[in-house]
Amino acid sequence: MTLWKRLFSSTSAPQARERLQILLSHERQVLGGSDLLSSLREEILAVVAKHVPCEQDNVKVRLERGTPMSILEIEVEVRGNLDIGISKAA
Amino acid sequence: MAKIITVTSGKGGVGKTTTTAAIGAALARTGDKVVVVDFDVGLRNLDLIMGAERRVVYDFVNVIQGDARLPQALIKDKRLDSLFLLPASQTRDKDALTEEGVDKVIGDLSRHFDWVICDSPAGIERGATLAMRHAEIAIVVTNPEVSSVRDSDRIVGILDAKTLKAERGETVDKRLLLTRYDPVRAARGDMLKTEDVLEILSLPLLGIVPESPDVLKASNMGVPVSINDPNSAPARAYHDAALRLKGEDIAMETPRQRLGLFGKFLRRAA
Repeated sequence: MTLWKRLFSSTSAPQARERLQILLSHERQVLGGSDLLSSLREEILAVVAKHVPCEQDNVKVRLERGTPMSILEIEVEVRGNLDIGISKAA
Repeated sequence: MAKIITVTSGKGGVGKTTTTAAIGAALARTGDKVVVVDFDVGLRNLDLIMGAERRVVYDFVNVIQGDARLPQALIKDKRLDSLFLLPASQTRDKDALTEEGVDKVIGDLSRHFDWVICDSPAGIERGATLAMRHAEIAIVVTNPEVSSVRDSDRIVGILDAKTLKAERGETVDKRLLLTRYDPVRAARGDMLKTEDVLEILSLPLLGIVPESPDVLKASNMGVPVSINDPNSAPARAYHDAALRLKGEDIAMETPRQRLGLFGKFLRRAA
C-alpha cells in the first residue's frame, strides 16, 4: 500500500511553496505600503471631519496593485442623513 | 561591548527557547561570556530549559522595578562558568517591562558580557518588540511549514521597522535558522526543502537543525541540547551555528537522511 501511494500520489511540498509565494507577495505589498495608506487615511479623515461628523473607523483606504493599473479605493462612511449638506449647497 | 542577538519567530512552538539555550551554551563553551535573557513575561520557560528553575530568586521585572540589583537576578549556569541567565518574571502584568527599563538592563549587560541573547516571546506584541529592540543580529527560527514561514516573513518586516537599528536607518543582521527539519520528508516532497524556505524568505542561512528526539531528551533533563550530548545531530548543528555567529566560515552540513534498504527501494520507486 505504501509503495502504491508512493507511486501514484502527488507530493504536498510544491503546493506549500506555491501558496506561500502567492500569499507573501500579496502580504508584503499590503504591509509594505501601510505607511502611505495610513497617512492617506488620516489626512482624508481630517478633511472630511471638518465638514461632517466622521470617525477613524469610517475611513477605509485600500490599494490594489497591478499592471498596467493600480486601484486606490477610498470609502468614507458617514453616519446619519447627508441630505442636510446637499440642501445647503443647493 | 556585547553583541546583542534576538531569537525570534512570530509563531510559537518553533524552537526559540531551545535555540536560545543551545546557542548560548555553545557560545559559552568556546569561552565567551554569555547571558541569555527571557523576555516572555508571564510565561517564562528559559529557566526550565536551562535546568535553573529552582534557583530563580529575582527576575527581569524585579531589576527594572528596583527591587533587586542585576547581579542578584543573574543565575550562573551549573555546567558552564561563563553562561548566565536572566529569568523573566511570572507576573501577569504584561506592562511590567518598560522601554526605559529594558534599555537600562541591556545596556548594563552589554558592558559585562560578550553576548547578550534575548529570547523573544511568540507574537508581535510588546514583549516581542521589546526583545528585538536592541538586536544587532536576529535569529529567525523557522520550521519548514507554511504558517511558520509566513510568520517569519512578518517578523522580518517588523525587524526592519521597529528596532533601534531601524530607527537609526540601519538594518538588523537577520539569519534564518531552520529547525525541526526532516530530510526524509523533504526528499519525499512532503516537507518544504531548505532551498524553498530560503528562496521564499531570502535570508542568509545560519543553520539547519534536524528534527530529533535528542531535543526533547535535553529539555526533559534541563540541559541545553548543544551540551547534553555534544555529538548528537542537533548539538552539532547548534555548535556550527554558534561558530558562524562568531564569524567563522563553517561549511553548511545538510542533515542527511539515513535510509534503510527498504527506504532506498521506496525512494527509487518514487
